[in-house]
Amino acid sequence: MSDIDSIKNSIIEQINNADNAKALDDVRVAALGKKGQITELLKTLGSMPLEERIALGKQVNVVKAELEAKIAEKKQALEIQLLNEKLKKEVVDVTLPCRPEVQGRIHPVSKVYEEIVAIFAQMGFDVAEGPDIEDQFHNFNALNMPPNHPARQMQDTFYINNDVNNAFDMDSAYVVRTHTSGVQIRTMEKKRPPIRIIAPGRTYRSDYDATHTPMFHQVEGLVIDKKTTMADLKGCLYDFMKAFFEVDELPIRFRPSYFPFTEPSAEVDIGCLKTKTDLIIGAGTDWLEVLGCGMVHPNVLRAGGIDPDEYQGFAFGAGIDRLAMLKYGIPDLRTFFESDVRWIKNYGFTPLDFSSMTSGLSNNGGVAR
Amino acid sequence: MKFTLSWLKEHLDTNASVDEISETLTRIGLEVEEVINPAAALHDFITAKIEKVEMHPDSDHLHVLAVNTGKETLQVVCGAPNVHEGLIGIYAPTGALIPAYGERLKVAKIRGVESMGMMCSEKELMVGNDHSGIIELPTDTAIGMSAADVLNIDPVIEVSITPNRAECLGVRGIARDLAASGLGKLKPLNIPEIKGSFKSPITVSVDCPDACPTYTARYIKGVNNKAETPKWMKDRLTAIGLRPISALVDITNYINYDLARPLHVFDADKLKGNIKVRMAHNGEEFLALNEKSYTLDDKCLGICDDEGVQCLGGIMGGLNKGSYEDTTDVLLECALFTPTCIARTGRKLQLDSDSRARYERWVDPMSNISGNNYATKMILDICGGEASEMEIAGAEKFEAKPVYLRPERLKTFVGMEVSKEKCEEILSHLGFTLSEEDGKIKAVSPSWRGDIECEQDLIEEVVRMIGLDNIPATSMKTADFPKPVLTPLQNNIVMVKHELASRGMFETVTFSFTDSDIAQYFRRGQEPILLQNPIVKELDEMRPSLLPNLLIGAKNNIARGYADLALFEVAPEFYGRNPGEQKAVASGIRVGKTSKKDWTGSMRAYDVFDAKADALAAIAAAKGPIEAPQITTDAPTYYHPGRSGVIRLGKNVLAYFGELHPAVLKALDIKSNVVAFEVFLDNIPQPRDAKSKAKKKLELSQLQAVDKDLAFVVARNVSAISIVAAAKNADRNNIVDVRVFDVYEGDNLPEDKKSVAISVTFQPKEKTYTDAEIEALMNKVILEVGKKTGAVLR
Repeated sequence: MSDIDSIKNSIIEQINNADNAKALDDVRVAALGKKGQITELLKTLGSMPLEERIALGKQVNVVKAELEAKIAEKKQALEIQLLNEKLKKEVVDVTLPCRPEVQGRIHPVSKVYEEIVAIFAQMGFDVAEGPDIEDQFHNFNALNMPPNHPARQMQDTFYINNDVNNAFDMDSAYVVRTHTSGVQIRTMEKKRPPIRIIAPGRTYRSDYDATHTPMFHQVEGLVIDKKTTMADLKGCLYDFMKAFFEVDELPIRFRPSYFPFTEPSAEVDIGCLKTKTDLIIGAGTDWLEVLGCGMVHPNVLRAGGIDPDEYQGFAFGAGIDRLAMLKYGIPDLRTFFESDVRWIKNYGFTPLDFSSMTSGLSNNGGVAR
Repeated sequence: MKFTLSWLKEHLDTNASVDEISETLTRIGLEVEEVINPAAALHDFITAKIEKVEMHPDSDHLHVLAVNTGKETLQVVCGAPNVHEGLIGIYAPTGALIPAYGERLKVAKIRGVESMGMMCSEKELMVGNDHSGIIELPTDTAIGMSAADVLNIDPVIEVSITPNRAECLGVRGIARDLAASGLGKLKPLNIPEIKGSFKSPITVSVDCPDACPTYTARYIKGVNNKAETPKWMKDRLTAIGLRPISALVDITNYINYDLARPLHVFDADKLKGNIKVRMAHNGEEFLALNEKSYTLDDKCLGICDDEGVQCLGGIMGGLNKGSYEDTTDVLLECALFTPTCIARTGRKLQLDSDSRARYERWVDPMSNISGNNYATKMILDICGGEASEMEIAGAEKFEAKPVYLRPERLKTFVGMEVSKEKCEEILSHLGFTLSEEDGKIKAVSPSWRGDIECEQDLIEEVVRMIGLDNIPATSMKTADFPKPVLTPLQNNIVMVKHELASRGMFETVTFSFTDSDIAQYFRRGQEPILLQNPIVKELDEMRPSLLPNLLIGAKNNIARGYADLALFEVAPEFYGRNPGEQKAVASGIRVGKTSKKDWTGSMRAYDVFDAKADALAAIAAAKGPIEAPQITTDAPTYYHPGRSGVIRLGKNVLAYFGELHPAVLKALDIKSNVVAFEVFLDNIPQPRDAKSKAKKKLELSQLQAVDKDLAFVVARNVSAISIVAAAKNADRNNIVDVRVFDVYEGDNLPEDKKSVAISVTFQPKEKTYTDAEIEALMNKVILEVGKKTGAVLR
């Protein structure tokens, strides 16, 4: 073995034995530094004959390159070792909870509003609105309910004095609207047929128990043109309810009823199964009333300035809160309006839960957190 | 409206079952609300005979019976006092569900003796009220028969009568509708004409035929009002929830429900002078049967004697001159009052009665004389006495305006083909008088129907008899490609809700009214808009702001232990009492802390800047200009005067935000800190509807931007926004962003000064800045901020 080889082997051993960056650097300086063993060896080349110089020089340079590579390799290994030791000390308990954040909620009434709008938009209905405080013309008279009409007794009306400077007069007072039907008249006043609107909104009646609150929400529908029939009314509501409840088949029953503003009038029931704990829509033998409807009464068309001999159509009204209760299994209407954060968290919808007929009406927001 | 099956069968000849009847009622528009049929619960019960009675060895009142059920003889222990050998009663085998107890019968050992079943009382089977002993059936009753077949069971049906179907407030009207639907035959109603044997000593006259077109009366002397009301009548009245009172009252109640024919009976001996039907005098007092006194006006109809109003016509009798137990001479009233008068009086006095419910809808105008005869006959039959001739004021008349039906309208209006013959058949069964005119069916209403006014009414009659389920359902045709339907405001409302929810807030919906005691702090100088008839005192004012209800909600949550919360609502507030004087507002509150305490220590109390961030986020979601608005410090008085602001565009207020005033929270008894915002969605200007949806071309510099910090000392009342604005304005070409990163007041600074440190981002466009250029730009900022705000570099 030549000297060079033994020097090389000795240095490699030193490299291998270096256990930290400082020791490795000392080895490097001792071997490759200005006065290092290899450097010194190269210095001796000048005094050698040419041939020997070339041969040895080549040999030493190969060894030098080899050692440099070894040192670099060792340096990286030491760095990794050092980092690993450091990381070992940086352990945290990842089972700890994240920083607190609250996922907000959309109220069921807002959610169902969006669903209803999405469905009726497909059928060409616009969304109309009217004021919550109404005059009696729009809330009653124009809807074929003159002042002494017994149907006014059906609705416990809230009144507001229309003139603070005078004593309250029931006949001229304003009312807080008992239904959204007044929007029918306001729409007809502004727009000529064909008309297709829904009018969702707040409605008010003086009633308070498990199924009645002094405020609730209705959606009104109105279609006026020259040829819409009661068969179209049935089809429209049938399509709406199947889409809304997201079921393929839904037993639906139309019963004759009475509303002053429609003739003929009907109430609509859907088939369901009531058990002690659940209500399953679309199955079973029980009936649940979900809405009222009918063909618009000629007197209502006249009050809206539309000729009933030329035009005809239908109207319907449903409780938005009631639809929400049925679809989402919410047992008590009163709880809708109590701002109980536990209730909102449970029955509310996630912020990303938008409704559309393309992505589906519900369950779009991911899992509630 | 309730009635029993036997009562219905009094008018309707039918073999239909209770189920068939109730299905038909609902199908033709008389919605069945409830059927109470005790027979349905009696499958397991049978007739059985007591063969042998022995005393229980260990009791002085229990007996041990041998009961023959027809199949076997069983040992039954019984405590009823009326047991005897040979008694045939109703036997409940073990396992039977006893209706009154809702429990199944088990094999039991009663004081050591085994009992295999039970002999039942009426009450236990819920077929009657008798619980004094077990049921005793006639001795010739076969044993082993179904209990439902031998017991006299009368199911009760309750229907909901719509206001247009006044005649169905009488059992006969319901029977007539069922007959027209083909479920049986209407039996004739035989009403004898009662001539009377003397002239009534009390005459009647009507001053106001508009309110009372017909008034009939009959004097009946020598009646016995102590006479027992017949059991069948008592049973029927009890079954529909009316308490039997005395024969005369029971008769009038019965006829009211039987024929929808209200009546009244005066104690003739108490009447002074003759009966005069007149409008009341303004201020005239009337003491009604309900023992309340009413002050009448000249639009109320009074049935009067010489001493004043004795009956409020068509609504309620008087307390003073009605019939009582010792009444012997009576005056029977059977009259017609017009709906408008009745409805108006009833509404004004807030007085409801069965009589009013009928008169204000429709009472058959041709039923006064016949009703009088019918009632007289019943009184004479039950109470005895002698009837006078009938006194009649006014004449009975009914002239219905004919209504025309074009049979083809069934197709074009309802979408269902119905033949002319079928239409005629249905209408004639319902009592219409028909003829033909120009191919149309000319229909004249029967006198009991006051609700038929137009062709659609006749269409409804035909359609309900055919059944709405037979109308086909056709989907709506949409000619146009579906388009977005929400208006910009409607769409903004949806977006704002989702934005606020994404910020961790819970949406709530609260009533549009609130408590005026709380609302008073939130009126912003407006007059309160009070309800005339609030349902409770705490819901008496149309809310001037959404905050009162949100705060009440917060308070209730805090009381339940949920003290840290964020609620919002998007809904109207009311600034005037006229229709339309309302604004769409998005309002929210944050209460307490951002979270409960947690290991990261991120918990902190909500402050004004949370509310400001919510408000700005809502404005942005509603497409408002969040860069442009000014922020002023003149929020309404319910906010903390020093920690609140207004986001506005000149006079146009987009939002209020801030901490709520501690005094207001104290008044509401809320001890937590609350920050709130109100965003007025109608006030937010909308971007012009640009033709192109493409965004502006984006110019990006390849050169590195430079951040430089500057700290100023400035008077405490100088707003941060003015320093930022001045800095931005110093060089709009080079400065792209200015941020406040420190605010300091206190030591080392004069009391009226504060330090505000800003970080300015300079963006070179063509080449990187030299030190001198940066220096010059910073000097520009220092100069401009100093000029605008009086700030000096710290």
